[in-house]
Amino acid sequence: MTAPRTLYDKIWDDHVVHQAEDGTCLLYIDRHLVHEVTSPQAFEGLRMTGRKVRAPEKTIAVPDHNVPTTLDRANAATMTEDSRVQVAALDKNARDFGINYYPVSDVRQGIVHIVGPEQGWTLPGMTVVCGDSHTATHGAFGSLAHGIGTSEVEHVLATQTLIQRKGKNMKVEITGSLRPGVTAKDITLSVIGATGTAGGTGYVIEYCGQAIRELSMEGRMTVCNMAIEGGARAGLIAPDEKTFAYCMGRPHAPKGAKWEAAVAYWKTLFSDEGAHWDKVVTLRGEDIAPVVTWGTSPEDVLPITGTVPAPTDFTGGKVDAAARSLDYMGLTPGMKLTDIAIDTVFIGSCTNGRIEDLRAAAEILKGRKIKVKRAMVVPGSGLVRAQAEEEGLAQIFIDAGFEWRLAGCSMCLAMNPDQLQPGERCAATSNRNFEGRQGRGGRTHLMSPAMAAAAAITGHLTDVRELMTETA
Amino acid sequence: MDKFTTLTGIAAPMPLVNIDTDMIIPKQFLKTIQRSGLGKNLFDEMRYTQDGQEIPDFVLNQPAYRSAEIIIAGDNFGCGSSREHAPWALLDFGIRCVISTSFADIFYNNCFKNGILPIVMPQEVVDVLMADARKGANARMTVDLAAQTVTTSDGQSFGFEVDSHRKHCLMNGLDDIGLTLEKAAAIDSFEAKAATLRPWA
Repeated sequence: MTAPRTLYDKIWDDHVVHQAEDGTCLLYIDRHLVHEVTSPQAFEGLRMTGRKVRAPEKTIAVPDHNVPTTLDRANAATMTEDSRVQVAALDKNARDFGINYYPVSDVRQGIVHIVGPEQGWTLPGMTVVCGDSHTATHGAFGSLAHGIGTSEVEHVLATQTLIQRKGKNMKVEITGSLRPGVTAKDITLSVIGATGTAGGTGYVIEYCGQAIRELSMEGRMTVCNMAIEGGARAGLIAPDEKTFAYCMGRPHAPKGAKWEAAVAYWKTLFSDEGAHWDKVVTLRGEDIAPVVTWGTSPEDVLPITGTVPAPTDFTGGKVDAAARSLDYMGLTPGMKLTDIAIDTVFIGSCTNGRIEDLRAAAEILKGRKIKVKRAMVVPGSGLVRAQAEEEGLAQIFIDAGFEWRLAGCSMCLAMNPDQLQPGERCAATSNRNFEGRQGRGGRTHLMSPAMAAAAAITGHLTDVRELMTETA
Repeated sequence: MDKFTTLTGIAAPMPLVNIDTDMIIPKQFLKTIQRSGLGKNLFDEMRYTQDGQEIPDFVLNQPAYRSAEIIIAGDNFGCGSSREHAPWALLDFGIRCVISTSFADIFYNNCFKNGILPIVMPQEVVDVLMADARKGANARMTVDLAAQTVTTSDGQSFGFEVDSHRKHCLMNGLDDIGLTLEKAAAIDSFEAKAATLRPWA
């Protein structure tokens, strides 16, 4: 009888190719996702050494970071020269090395972390890597998924393995149920607010508890997506019937007898009673409020009912960091968060660019008009966009005054033309409020899609629950 | 990858906590398809004004630190994006060692792939090293990977921990891929076994 194991332990054990005496492991990788920004140097490395991609059938590429999201993007002039070169390099590398590819012109193109699950590449119990820190998203399926650097991208391309040391186990439990107006984004931001951006460093997080079980797959992806903002390379959630239902029938999910065998295996993927946890964090679902960030670190989280803190509210190195953040954000301690005026609203990203996110925002926007200077919705994939159009969501956004864009990473990191101007303040559903992240001098407040929609309607940070009462 | 054995050089103090990889190398410089040439844009938005003028207060613009090879940093250095452009930019500038109380995992790992040694030290040691770094260009710090020590300009020496495999690769400038390919037979047999156990994967 083996000792009780966590979900992470089980997936790890099933993927160890070789273990050295010092504990360093060679871990097998089931799915390797690739985008245009972090891969060109890796493919170049293969060419220089005459190496091939070991498992092209397990390698999936899609351009997402640089691609314009305007309707005229088929016109090459919408991209800067360096962006065009980078996307062209991915086109060529995908062709030369024979890997699965969704080019810009394909309706299935989108943000790599939305395309992977949508196409059924991501399945429970797998190891999934990508040269992108938000690979943690795929952990929502009970897969071990994390970001890697470009040298490791080359290593996985050449060997289908990674050299790894096992991390520690951390359990984040969200008990009870969420209150109305509170979403997966509020869970994941609240956890980071509680643990700090280094709270998960060295750990793999398993999210569990009733509030997590009650989330849809879309919501679970939002939670796992930001595990990295809490310092954890990977966050995961044990698969259940919702997971199986989401995967069933996807283009690359197993069919027939293989499906039955897969589900039987997937049902063994949970943390055993009595498994060892190196760290446990518990939050009550009922205590979580709609939250926003006020500063330039994702740990700078407060309930929307709060006020801007003062540097003296903190200790250690955070005192200077908070002072710097407040200066950068142009905020004064003591002001109400709901008094912060917003210029721009961005709904999208691998955190919140899925259909459920668009539904939640549209629910608030229906029959209303925006009061901000500009607002855009960037669906996470061409298929999310098509579905939103079919459901009538696109029209709600357009009628409210939003720009209805094509799929891509867009203003989450502003590598394409979608950028903030210096001093421009944005309510964003993305994942990072770092200095300059959305454009040099741009000021980012992170929040849920419903909260971003509420800010769009009123022109300032707003408690979405007030707008919900109005419609009720 | 260049070997790392010992390094004696100027250390730049950067006490700010949570220095993220967007600060180390902003996104507009990620559009390159090469590894080299990023040093001039290291810490770009902290280092230059919008019209490209140097900001004199920024540490690496100060005469004493323009040829720094070591950074002493606040907690959680390298958090955020996985971009390996961050260590590429550090290396291209000439930084071979970063010392902090903690690092983000992906950044930490990326450093070793590029001949940069990230060293974790307790707060009280980082405080001593930070004070030493503030002395400027005449104060040279020494990092000895074989002995696993950092020695300040006035001779105080502190030990540090490093993973034995990573140390070996760094000291010998070894290419991970070459080492892994020596285990091709183990990968073959893993794949054969997995094809039976998890044929859908």
